[in-house]
Amino acid sequence: MSPVIPIRSDISKGCTDVIPLVERGQREVFCGLTGIIWLHRKIQDAFFLVVGSRTCAHLIQSAAGVMIFAEPRFGTAIIDERDLAGLADANEELDKVVNQLLARRPEIKLLFLVGSCPSEVIKLDLSRAASRLSAQHSPLVRVLNYSGSGIETTFTQGEDACLASMVPEMPQTPANAPQELVIVGTLADVVEDQFVRILNHMGIERVRFFPPRRAQDHVPVGPNTKLLLAQPFLAETARLLQARGASLLAAPFPLGIEGTTAWLQSAATAFGVTPERFQSAVSAPTARAEASLARAKLHLDGKRIFFFPDSQLEIPLARFLSRELGMKLLEVGTPYLHRQHMAVELAMLPEGTFLSEGQDVEKQLDRCRALRPDMVVCGLGLANPLEAEGMTTKWAIELVFTPIQGYDQAGDLAELFTRPLTRRMRLAA
Amino acid sequence: MQLTLWTYEGPPHVGAMRVATAMEEVHYVLHAPQGDTYADLLFTMIERLQKRPPVTYTTFQARDLGRDTAELFKTAARESFERFSPKAMLVGSSCTAELIQDDPGGLCKALNLPIPVVALELPSYQRKENWGASETFYQLVRNLALPKDTAAKSESRKPRCNILGPTALGFRHRDDLTEIRQLLTHIGIDINVVAPLTATPGDIARLADADFNVVLYPEIANLSAQWLQRNFKQPFTKTIPIGHSATCEFVREVAQLAGIDPVAALESATSRAAWYTRSVDSTYLTNKRVFVFGDATHAVAAARVAAQEMGFTVVGIGTYSREFAREVRDAAALYGVEALISDDYLEIEACIAKLNPELVLGTQMERHIAKRLGVPCAVISAPVHVQDFPARYSPQMGFEGANVLFDSWVHPLMMGLEEHLIGMFRGDAEFHENAAPSHLGGGVHAQSQQDTANVVPLTQAEQTTAATSETIAVSAWDAGAEKELKKIPFFVRGKARRNTERYALERGVKLITTETLYESKAYFSQS
Repeated sequence: MSPVIPIRSDISKGCTDVIPLVERGQREVFCGLTGIIWLHRKIQDAFFLVVGSRTCAHLIQSAAGVMIFAEPRFGTAIIDERDLAGLADANEELDKVVNQLLARRPEIKLLFLVGSCPSEVIKLDLSRAASRLSAQHSPLVRVLNYSGSGIETTFTQGEDACLASMVPEMPQTPANAPQELVIVGTLADVVEDQFVRILNHMGIERVRFFPPRRAQDHVPVGPNTKLLLAQPFLAETARLLQARGASLLAAPFPLGIEGTTAWLQSAATAFGVTPERFQSAVSAPTARAEASLARAKLHLDGKRIFFFPDSQLEIPLARFLSRELGMKLLEVGTPYLHRQHMAVELAMLPEGTFLSEGQDVEKQLDRCRALRPDMVVCGLGLANPLEAEGMTTKWAIELVFTPIQGYDQAGDLAELFTRPLTRRMRLAA
Repeated sequence: MQLTLWTYEGPPHVGAMRVATAMEEVHYVLHAPQGDTYADLLFTMIERLQKRPPVTYTTFQARDLGRDTAELFKTAARESFERFSPKAMLVGSSCTAELIQDDPGGLCKALNLPIPVVALELPSYQRKENWGASETFYQLVRNLALPKDTAAKSESRKPRCNILGPTALGFRHRDDLTEIRQLLTHIGIDINVVAPLTATPGDIARLADADFNVVLYPEIANLSAQWLQRNFKQPFTKTIPIGHSATCEFVREVAQLAGIDPVAALESATSRAAWYTRSVDSTYLTNKRVFVFGDATHAVAAARVAAQEMGFTVVGIGTYSREFAREVRDAAALYGVEALISDDYLEIEACIAKLNPELVLGTQMERHIAKRLGVPCAVISAPVHVQDFPARYSPQMGFEGANVLFDSWVHPLMMGLEEHLIGMFRGDAEFHENAAPSHLGGGVHAQSQQDTANVVPLTQAEQTTAATSETIAVSAWDAGAEKELKKIPFFVRGKARRNTERYALERGVKLITTETLYESKAYFSQS
């Protein structure tokens, strides 16, 4: 299927065959609705309407409400008693809410009906509602549906579900179209621009990003499409794109110099770029990144780090921190492990790394306290309490909100980890 | 279904969490899906607590729904008892768990734990956060409070009270409590128990030892105070000590309940705000049009301060607390306005746009509205965000609270000199009539951009005046009047435009000229 990228011989098998500790218990994670917080900024003419309870509305505003919005691009249709008792036809109610919303916001081009735990449990058929409303409001507004419920999705999986819902809408590429590279997963605008420059430099001209910045910018897909995943949490989106004929390039994720090089290399190999051309495109940014990582390594080398599960970015981050900055991995927790997408990453992890999938937060906290790591990567529910216990933490959500991919962000990514340590030193002094 | 861009209150189980987190030695086992742990962040991030909230969630997932979620709950309850050894436990459901109907109370009874277990019935699809907090506190009081133990009563001859209402995640509860505790101690009253904040189940048990109750936040503590009054004959205070005069009234009420001399108690009572509002610098605040919205307690108190102490004109008052609608209606009657009882953000936005106030006193949500409309805004009530859990001492209650209110409400308004100069000279490149107050960094006011009158070009205007037979809905503005209107500073321009249009409409004037504008001005300044 996809070409295999050359892995350096000293990597051996890494963690390829490691069986992670799988735990069940209280999970201190976000639900997929949280994805709305960054997706609404990425796709600028889309609106996210959660169909759920007051809890769902409260979640989103607690996360995003610190910004003062003149016009928020998300909202909640709150299910009430009448909907539950079947007194009100839920579909009619939903239509009413959508009409009210679209009347207020005529500039919206794409509306997502986002499923939640309550709407899933009462089996409200949002996909039918989406196609009904789409027909009604076409061609001005397209209406799509995905689930961001906690019972089905964890944090970044909300983006996966959102993008997956857009796949059937993507136009088919013509049969004789030239090869095109589609980079999948939300990236900061500045990162997208950098990747385009590097890829163009090596002669890959046809590059698109999914999701696009505006809902109308359709990304076509077909057998001539090569997919490069920019984010590790896109299992369903990748599956659907592959079902449309696109082929997935095996690669680690573009974090750090090594990850970015291997990621770009995988595209270069697929597009037949010569080694010389590849080198000339990546040598300058690599050199810049090396300099900035060298500075960060002074702080991080030998420091022991512990990852709580959050976004599925943990394994690529652990790989970067251990191989390029010399950190020691105590435990790498991930909410969900997709073996195929993570295969290259796992091979690059140091042998014997302790991996865990899922969570029993109290037991994991016990392990963490017993080990007294130099740094803990965890969610905001745990960060301040652990700081109060004297541990240094890096709150994980920031890694999803910050440009961290590519060469020119390698230093910034390392900085995210050096900063809490530097701060602790400064305040102690 | 209701379209909600912003919600004023969280679900009721968040209210229960606020009570549990405020207290010590209490644990809350919440049947809830994965993801509902977001609520921990409210406490660890917004309030910046150093501990995890004492809440265990079952965090069930889709695959659990096919299996035994009840067993999941029992395991979670048993394990959290063993791990945290609380002195009392709360159990309940979140909105999704309510749908699957596992009955946490019954399940927990079967576990036979050697501590009191309070089962919470919080209907998530009908009730909200404050109701949840009130109900949780009430259930705790009902289940744990013991009759007065005369033998154990301490020797103190001083009158004793409980302070009821402060919780975790309450708007300025931390500093209000400090301020009121100081005030009460100063006038010679002992504090028996503060609850829920800092109270243990043992403290709840000895609530009856007090002579009376001080209720700071009726939304949370009224229900419990009424129960304590019925069962233990403890009277409770009704005055909310927000603002200088309300604080004085509160002191008199407390002194009466405690049987001490109110005059002596009030001897040293003063706030700087009482003088600041009288100083001539504050004269320009007179009749500033203010819209007040928040929980009922803060809205009513703020309207009183605005009208009686700041000299503002209250043009609207409202609350999202339906349970206290009557109190707000009564207050609205005082100011001759209609109360807005609603939790529909869009309705409140429409109301503010219509009333066109010069200042909005509201919640975090009103800040969104005020930004959209370009109106100055100060926060007086929850919901609030992280910036309203400040490090510095910032009570709303008591005499220091009155000082804080004065500073924070006047701050967003344009200062007097700038307001005068803008009224005199127009077209300044920096201090122009559409600019935001310069002490806030300037910028252009959104409202002044949107605020365009319904203008007709001059040629068409002549035709319009000719045709007088048809009835009119909105009068048109001629270009001269429109230009004159623009000379009015933005913060009163909307009001002037509306008044002029109303004046024109009532008199059947189809085209508003500069003359109409001034006639209307003269007319409304008489009334």
